[in-house]
Amino acid sequence: MTEPRLRRDQSGWLLASTTLTLAPHAEHLPLALGALCALLLLWRGILAHTGRALPHRLLLLALAAGIVAIVQIEFKHLFGKDPGIALLAGLLSLKLLETDSVRDGRAVVLLSFFMQLGQFLYQQNMAIAALALLGSVAAIASLLALQGSVTAPRLRAGAATRLVLQGVPLMLVLFVLFPRVQGPLWGLPADAYSSVTGLSNSMAPGDMARLSESSEIAFRAAFEGDLPPPAERYWRGPVLSRFDGHTWRPGRTHATDAPAYRSQGIAHSYTLTLEPHNQSWLLALDFPGSVPGLIYTDNFQLLSREPVRSRQRLTLVSYPHTPVGLDESPNILRQALDLPAGFNPRTRELGARLHAEANGADDIVTRTIAHFRNSRLRYTLDPAPLGRDDVDSFLFDTQQGFCEHFSAAFVVTLRAAGVPARVVTGYQGGEFNPVDGTLVIRQSDAHAWTEVWLAGQGWVRIDPTAASAPLRIQNGLAAAMPDSAHLPLLARTDLAWLRDLRNRLDALDNSWNQWVLGYNPARQKALLAALGFAEPDWQVLTALMGAASAIVMGLLTIWALRRRSSADAIDRSWTRFCRRLKTIGYERATWEGPLDFAERLARQRPDLADTVRRIASDYARLRYGPADADPALGQRFHQSIKNFRPR
Amino acid sequence: MPIHIANRLVAAAGRIILGKEHAVRLALACVLARGHLLIEDIPGVGKTTLAHVLARLLGLQFQRIQFTSDMLPADIVGVSVFDQRDGAFRFHPGPVFSQLVLADEINRATPKAQSALLEAMEERQISAEGRTWPLPEPFFVIATQNPSDQIGTFALPESQLDRFLMRISLGYPDRAAERALLAGEDRRELLAQLPAVLQPGELETLFAAARQVHAGPRILDYVQALLAHSREASGFSLGLSPRAGLALLAAARAWALLAGRDHVLPEDIQAVLPAVAGHRLRPAGDAPQPADTLTRRLIEAVALP
Repeated sequence: MTEPRLRRDQSGWLLASTTLTLAPHAEHLPLALGALCALLLLWRGILAHTGRALPHRLLLLALAAGIVAIVQIEFKHLFGKDPGIALLAGLLSLKLLETDSVRDGRAVVLLSFFMQLGQFLYQQNMAIAALALLGSVAAIASLLALQGSVTAPRLRAGAATRLVLQGVPLMLVLFVLFPRVQGPLWGLPADAYSSVTGLSNSMAPGDMARLSESSEIAFRAAFEGDLPPPAERYWRGPVLSRFDGHTWRPGRTHATDAPAYRSQGIAHSYTLTLEPHNQSWLLALDFPGSVPGLIYTDNFQLLSREPVRSRQRLTLVSYPHTPVGLDESPNILRQALDLPAGFNPRTRELGARLHAEANGADDIVTRTIAHFRNSRLRYTLDPAPLGRDDVDSFLFDTQQGFCEHFSAAFVVTLRAAGVPARVVTGYQGGEFNPVDGTLVIRQSDAHAWTEVWLAGQGWVRIDPTAASAPLRIQNGLAAAMPDSAHLPLLARTDLAWLRDLRNRLDALDNSWNQWVLGYNPARQKALLAALGFAEPDWQVLTALMGAASAIVMGLLTIWALRRRSSADAIDRSWTRFCRRLKTIGYERATWEGPLDFAERLARQRPDLADTVRRIASDYARLRYGPADADPALGQRFHQSIKNFRPR
Repeated sequence: MPIHIANRLVAAAGRIILGKEHAVRLALACVLARGHLLIEDIPGVGKTTLAHVLARLLGLQFQRIQFTSDMLPADIVGVSVFDQRDGAFRFHPGPVFSQLVLADEINRATPKAQSALLEAMEERQISAEGRTWPLPEPFFVIATQNPSDQIGTFALPESQLDRFLMRISLGYPDRAAERALLAGEDRRELLAQLPAVLQPGELETLFAAARQVHAGPRILDYVQALLAHSREASGFSLGLSPRAGLALLAAARAWALLAGRDHVLPEDIQAVLPAVAGHRLRPAGDAPQPADTLTRRLIEAVALP
């Protein structure tokens, strides 16, 4: 017997669920393949609409070969995440073109479910989760359509939604209790190390400006108590003290388990949520107190033991007024004075002049700042190109630059004047999100400043950018730029509603990150400890999961049973009546009406005739009559069935 | 009380037509559901008597049209004759202008004559000479036909069969009934003595009562399941139409009323199904199957919801 052909509504649902499944993949599919998938789906849609026959197998085979060829050309191979997903997307679209039976339809639904999981290999944000949920509803509706008869699409979608909603409690149980593994849940090994936007451990002219074009979130900070003022929001990253005339790189550092300074003064307590950046530095305010398990370098960087490859939460206390490096080692000071020979002669000359004119290191710094301010240097995102001697051409020729130019020039000048100085990179500022009270720091907040060592004061932070563009420090990048058109849309401040919307989305995203994606083994353990399971191993978790699932299923079953109203009580009693008769050899045919059944019985068992006739006519009245039946009739019916014990 | 009237009708009919209670009840149900009836049987089993009895019982004007092969449409609907005094054509209504029309041996007439009657059945009016003449109210046609494998007949096409709510057959009486028939008085005399059971206006009450019989959601589910099965299952080349579904429900309501109930049971549907669906179903394949077998199979294939 041949398989039944697909009805039009069935092909419609399959097409809808496949389209919903594949649409989010369009973002990372090769353009040619995405277009081909869209064409194939469109083609199938037209065929379903016109009721014409599906294309010949040979044509499909050729198309399949074409898809494999596109993947091979785009990715150079067929294995791994990206080529695999691309191949599956193409073949799923193609599968639909040969799907004309219910059995094939089920295969399409199965593959759709798999492709919905595939989305999470790329992104795990809320939008993707919502899309996957929507896709699941469509896929379940397709399964229902394959199973049942024709129904209005609205009813079918409603039924599928109900099914998905009924699955939610079980999903929560599995989410909370399924034994967790360390590391990102969805990452494949290859992605965790791939390049991400963020600070690097070197700085050359243009690097920071490039970074500032990205509105990606670098990290979030939730403060306990008041926020520090904007001018103190320096999130300290890599410290760069070696300069080769063009690029700044970190110097040699020494790492210890505890900070080399004694924290003092006022304190800010905050929780960082770092987005993965594949580096080990953590971005703390100056200067964090001791936290076990972290690494403190002798240039006062805070490092984690492992690169940050998944979103990480960290609670820190910073003491901004702590003096650091009061008795700095000569090695480090020597490094902080080092200048490559043969570069930037004019700046060195400036340094020498300042050294000669000034009275001590403090005065040199003051005079340098004054010089910078008086030079009318322009703060801009796209400065004019620089010559071989970057610092010289910035300070004396083009006179326009971004923070990396300012900080580099400042350090070179001071070093030339004999004052130890170094570049510090990190982030400055951040935007307060009033919705959830967190400070959001984006890549566009990346910044470079300097530290100067002064005897008796240790390392002192000086931001030369602030001298020329004080607004940058007070109000952020957008405020400091005369023309905000070059800025990423989301960093602009002139669109109030946009900012408000972004704040809300960010807050939502943050909770999602914290509670869904950030639900790691530690959090699971903490939650279970709160529930009274001190050291849950996987056996305990599995047992808990089984028990909770059973409870959820039990509750759902009870709910479903209770939904059967008193109308069903009538059916239940009738079924019991029929069952009792069946055990003594009188079975009701499925099509047999109650009165006919009673008459047949009355002929075969005259002794039961009266009872059976009365029960059957009561049932007929209760079941098929108008709903205004006397309640006494129902009671009589139930009672007589309870007492009905035929032999 | 409509139920008592219904019982009186069945009892009175049973005195003349012996041993055919089921067929008589079906015929009554067909009338109460305001449908036309087709009686298909060999000659001499009481088809015409049944039509007479119904007319007498229900107190309806009665006209009989004997269909023959040389019959013209005008013999049924009437003819316009030129009136010399008025100098104009005047329409002389034909025998179809009657409340109950017995179309005897309808399959003896040519399709042209048949269709004249069948159009009247559908439209409940006659169009002639550019004017329309409404037929009396109520208007029923009881057609009889000999089984179509007899010589010199024109079988009704499916589209026209569909206009009859029910098709029944009477069959031979059983032994006891036949004995009573042979021993008893002449049916014609009995018929002449038969008083009308219904008072004027009571028939309308019965129609209204039949329409108001309750058919709950389970019954509608059941009817839909039957219709769906006839359309989807193999074994039927032609499924039941929506009109057949309406007919089934209307007939079952009337049947329930005759049984003295104010609601339809699955038994009512099953009781009228052979008469209502028998002439509308076609078996798949070439082998002809008796209509009863087909409807029986349909009933037994669909579980009660």
